[in-house]
Amino acid sequence: MNARVVAALGGRSVRQTFRRPQLMAPIIVFPTLLLAIQTGGAGRAVDLPGFPQVDGFLDFMLAGAMIQATLLAGNSGGIALAVDIEMGFTDRLLAAPISRFALVLGRLAGTAALGAVAALWFIALGLVFGASIHEGVPGAIAIVILVSLTAVAFGGIGSAIALRTGSASIVQGLFPLVFVILFLSSAFFPANLMLDPAATVAEYNPLSFITEGVRELVISTLTAEAFWKAAASLCGIGLLSLGLSNLALRRRLRTGG
Amino acid sequence: MRAVDGVDIEVAPGEIYAFLGPNGAGKTTTVRVLTTLLRPTGGSARVAGHDVVAEAAEVRRSIGVALQEAALDPLMTGRELIRLQATLHGLPRRTGVERGEALLRRVGLEQAADRRVGTYSGGMRRRLDLASALVHEPEVLFLDEPTTGLDPVSRKDIWEEVSALNAEGTTVFLTTQYLEEADRLANRVGIIDAGRIVAEGTPASLKAEVGRPHLELGLADGRAEDAERVLAGLGRPLPPKEGKVLVEVAGGASDVAKVVRALDEAGIVVESLDLMEPTLDDVFVAKTGYHIEGDEEETGEHEVAAET
Repeated sequence: MNARVVAALGGRSVRQTFRRPQLMAPIIVFPTLLLAIQTGGAGRAVDLPGFPQVDGFLDFMLAGAMIQATLLAGNSGGIALAVDIEMGFTDRLLAAPISRFALVLGRLAGTAALGAVAALWFIALGLVFGASIHEGVPGAIAIVILVSLTAVAFGGIGSAIALRTGSASIVQGLFPLVFVILFLSSAFFPANLMLDPAATVAEYNPLSFITEGVRELVISTLTAEAFWKAAASLCGIGLLSLGLSNLALRRRLRTGG
Repeated sequence: MRAVDGVDIEVAPGEIYAFLGPNGAGKTTTVRVLTTLLRPTGGSARVAGHDVVAEAAEVRRSIGVALQEAALDPLMTGRELIRLQATLHGLPRRTGVERGEALLRRVGLEQAADRRVGTYSGGMRRRLDLASALVHEPEVLFLDEPTTGLDPVSRKDIWEEVSALNAEGTTVFLTTQYLEEADRLANRVGIIDAGRIVAEGTPASLKAEVGRPHLELGLADGRAEDAERVLAGLGRPLPPKEGKVLVEVAGGASDVAKVVRALDEAGIVVESLDLMEPTLDDVFVAKTGYHIEGDEEETGEHEVAAET
């Protein structure tokens, strides 16, 4: 695999996102608005019995906002890939002497970079509005890495669907599903305070494990258990999504569509 | 369903081969197979000496591809696209930059190179697409309908560029639905209809198959019989049409002077003279039974974007 090709395609993916507001808005604007609304409107949730020990509701919400941004970055990456397929740009890449999976990895490299941008944005936003990163600079670096990897893992799902369907509108149609998955996790609310069956789903939702890993870096110290759960979830989702992308790409190459 | 069947083509190095056919004939499918974008369900194909299935990577290294409708990212600038293409083909950074700049100059896009492709006119997009296909100096260039939808001026620019590339030694395989394009550019033409090759040869040999050139003469004094007698020694008389005397002349344009001189010497005044030569459309009709539709359409697009 040629790293220079993946980097070049990743760079294109990032530029494409910044130049197309409809791809950028879901990554930064929507999660920021939701963060502002939830922090402003539900701040007293921290007083609920069983709510994690946090300095403020914003500290709790930052991880959820970052994870939301990465999921939407993955979805936007899938839409952009489907647009490439629809307009024939992927043919340009497939006719070049590169590993064909570089097409997926290039897109995911861009998604990872956008995940890092989102993480840095929310860390900065949190610090400006009074939140703190418990683990300091190393914690912030770990958050950026974790969020970027999450973007890759979930971006693979967007890529797989884009490659399988070749339709931007179908990938865009998954947008509401992202919110269903988010709300059925501990991204925006502690799982132990939810009602069943949502509580049970959130308890076993891999997204909850990833969110808790990021959250612990913000509000306390990352425990080994939280780290391994987050890492295992990331690996599982990442392997699954990359595997599905590979299968979808092979099918597309075999059938031509 | 088989998109193409029994397509047997051999293109010599340095040749321009035009694949002529209407929409849906199988031209693009053939190009997609030859450029390794589509795996054939049967048969075999070799491009630049490499098998398109077993040696797909080698094929991709040897070819340049400019696809139908110029698959360009409207959000990229021309310069970004050509540099990306250089990276995809593994050119060292400096070489990629130098070659990209040279190609942008060659196709007249150096002034527009930092503008987004979305602001380019159709002709500019095709020129950029062509330039990006050349960045790694391919042995074989595939052009899928390179001028479809372009205005006559842009079309002529592309033709001149393709001819120049061929003169430099690049083998060109182009698909087209424009008879004039095939006639003007190609050393050999393959006519495809419903997924099958129905005729193949040089434009001249294909035209010769359906008839020779003939002259249609309008005479001022109505001396048709005298004229036919005079012309009998110069070519094969054909049945008159709309009051005009028709004679088949083997030499085409080179026989016109002889005919006019003979009639003049016989005192017959020629009021009008038309040299009618078989066209590829005649060939197409003879082989398929219908006219090719794409060639009849007026070019739709006009260059409106200014190169600033």
